[in-house]
Amino acid sequence: MAPVVLNKKRGKKWQKPPLEKKQRKNDPFVEKRSKTEEISNDSDSDIENEEVKDPQEFEDEGEESGSDTGSELLSDGDDPLADDFLRGSDDEEKGRDSDSGSDSDSDSDSDVSDIEKKSRAIDEERAREKEEALEEMQLNIREESDEFRLPTKEEIEEEKQQPPDLPNLQRRIKEIVRVLSNFKDLSQKGTSRKEYVQQLKLDLGSYYGYNEFLIGALVEMFPPVELMELIESFEKPRPICLRTNTLKTRRRDLADVLINRGVNLDPLSKWSKVGLVVYDSQVPIGATPEYMAGFYMLQSASSFLPVMALAPQEKERVIDMAAAPGGKTTYIAALMKNTGLIYANEMKASRLKSLTANLHRMGVTNTIVCNYDGNELPKVLGLNTVDRVLLDAPCSGTGVISKDESVKTSKSLEDIQKCSYLQKQLILAAIDMVDANSKSGGYIVYSTCSIMVTENEAVIDYALKKRDVKLVPCGLDFGRQGFVRFREHRFHPSLEKTRRFYPHVHNMDGFFVAKLKKMSNSKKTSAGPQPSETVEQQTPESNVSNGDKKTEENSEQVLMKKATTKAKDLKKKTSGLAENGNVESPSNEKRRKKRKFPSREEISKVREEKRKTLREKVSSKKAGSKDKGNEK
Amino acid sequence: MRPLDEAETTAVFEKLFKFTGNNLKNIVENPSHEGPDPNPGRYCFRLHKNRVYYVSESLVKRATNIARPKLVSLGTCIGKFTHGGKFHLTIQALSLVAANARHKVWIKPTSEMSFLYGNHVLKGGLGRITDSIAPGDGVVVYSMSDVPLGFGVAAKSMQDCRKLDPNGIVVLHQSDIGEYLRMEDEL
Repeated sequence: MAPVVLNKKRGKKWQKPPLEKKQRKNDPFVEKRSKTEEISNDSDSDIENEEVKDPQEFEDEGEESGSDTGSELLSDGDDPLADDFLRGSDDEEKGRDSDSGSDSDSDSDSDVSDIEKKSRAIDEERAREKEEALEEMQLNIREESDEFRLPTKEEIEEEKQQPPDLPNLQRRIKEIVRVLSNFKDLSQKGTSRKEYVQQLKLDLGSYYGYNEFLIGALVEMFPPVELMELIESFEKPRPICLRTNTLKTRRRDLADVLINRGVNLDPLSKWSKVGLVVYDSQVPIGATPEYMAGFYMLQSASSFLPVMALAPQEKERVIDMAAAPGGKTTYIAALMKNTGLIYANEMKASRLKSLTANLHRMGVTNTIVCNYDGNELPKVLGLNTVDRVLLDAPCSGTGVISKDESVKTSKSLEDIQKCSYLQKQLILAAIDMVDANSKSGGYIVYSTCSIMVTENEAVIDYALKKRDVKLVPCGLDFGRQGFVRFREHRFHPSLEKTRRFYPHVHNMDGFFVAKLKKMSNSKKTSAGPQPSETVEQQTPESNVSNGDKKTEENSEQVLMKKATTKAKDLKKKTSGLAENGNVESPSNEKRRKKRKFPSREEISKVREEKRKTLREKVSSKKAGSKDKGNEK
Repeated sequence: MRPLDEAETTAVFEKLFKFTGNNLKNIVENPSHEGPDPNPGRYCFRLHKNRVYYVSESLVKRATNIARPKLVSLGTCIGKFTHGGKFHLTIQALSLVAANARHKVWIKPTSEMSFLYGNHVLKGGLGRITDSIAPGDGVVVYSMSDVPLGFGVAAKSMQDCRKLDPNGIVVLHQSDIGEYLRMEDEL
């Protein structure tokens, strides 16, 4: 464009050959129209030189010229001046080739000098203006940053009365985060870090909708920049994942079938061989015939982790203490290939339906479903009886805020502490049920979908103190290590083997996984106050399913009276009893079964009669209701 | 949880026989690898809260210490007894039945969804069909990719099917996998 314009201005001077060369340099020409005299290159200056000179000179030169077109264009109609102008500009520019200079010189020596001076002056002025403009800009920036100050009390009160001004809040949040990340340089004198943090908490709470407790907890755990990332990631949902059911199909085959149906999916990550992530889908992903045939399960990626850490082997006995809706249980069954035995326990009766439905849908046959409170399970299933336990503990849900926004406002300190107490009880129950001497197992996996330290590291630390267990690596190396110390807490150093997962780092829900190995079946008897021991559950000796109560009490007292030296004896006893436990039970049963049962035929007769009476009742009811209907 | 008595056992086996015929002995004598014992055990039927479960013996033994109100499910539920005392097979028996089925029907992809909503199989949706189906036989319905979709009762014999118009019912729907979504609460 520029060359054409110039052509018009210069009139007959210009001919076509220059155009050809200019087309090469068209782009830099157009770009650098603006005043950048000092910054222009060799090439820029050369372009100008070419254009202004006669075509003959132009063809002599082979060089590109610069971007002083800006100045050229301003001097409209100054054809005679154009040459001198350029020469003047040539002199000012740095590092241009000598050829262009010499060529221009050859033509117009004489009447140049005054005009040269003028042009130089103008150029210098422009240069100065530019510098001053730049300085002012920088000054403005600095001034703006210095000017950020925390709102005074009056301003805060004003804001409370008005509806929240969201852009203002957001701006202030960003400013405070910036200040906090470089506190030395950017903070206002006289305001402490605490005041900035306090204001940040208030702003974040009102902008994103968190209550004071939760935002305070998050601020304590993360530095400001990471905190912003975390909160932003809680606002967005995590991608939908599904898990291939290896009992019925393979991931590749399933992916093919789903892609044919119009689902856009990808393998989940390299750490999972059964996961798929769904980007979008033309058909409802939870209602395809493949879903109904049990080929896959909709499950979040974080739910894969505890089962991968548990790593159940075939023919083992496994308990899942909080099993509904059954995603993890079915994964365990798939890993065990339907061998062995799984006890799936769920406390809430309303969730049992979905648990059983999922188990049947996915073709799991080695599971027993029961409806107990987790604390009662050791009494029912026996102590030291199973190989592995998975405890996906009920928690406050602070890691899955992206799924459930009500957590932002509904959780308080008491809720977290209640959860923590329950989790501590459950983890002790879980540990008690595992047999430390099992050939292939002896592991407990504890996981929560929460990021609070009180529910995670504190619970594991408690378990380490109360039972003879130790932490082992989970096998999930891509997570972040758990906290070994946090504010005033100091945890056991092995807690670094636990793993934390965050939405802003791993793109999955906030999660915590810890894997414990039970070293022995004894409980640590401390030399401290004995009454505290009584609160805890039964002694390791009694295999409760058929144990006599008297022996239980006796052994408890025995434990109480004697010191840790007896623990070794207890160990021997428990290992002996654990094997003999099953032998004991039938003998106990025999002792109790003193009455004789009626024969099978008699029983079936009785039942038939009962059924008949039931049928009569039903038919009479129906007749009765029909009558009523007729009457009405 | 208790074992089935005579009348109940006959009812259950009758229903199963409709689908499997002589393969019934496969069902009963299948070696089971469940349970922590190294040797495969056997399967048995148990009744619990009017539902019949097909479970491996080792599981049964270990479920005895769970209290009756607290026990929810064992192994695979294959059906339930109604108030009137009749036995109905539920969809959870599909994997068991399909493995030993004698009469099979394959339906076209277009009529898959209709069957999964609970409708009967029409002649127009029929892809393939095994021979020698008599009316009243139990039939397992498959999709063209050999995925079992459910089961039902044959309405007509093979020869009659050929004479039917495309909207005639070939298989009366009894149970399909869509029930996992539609009727999760009633399973």
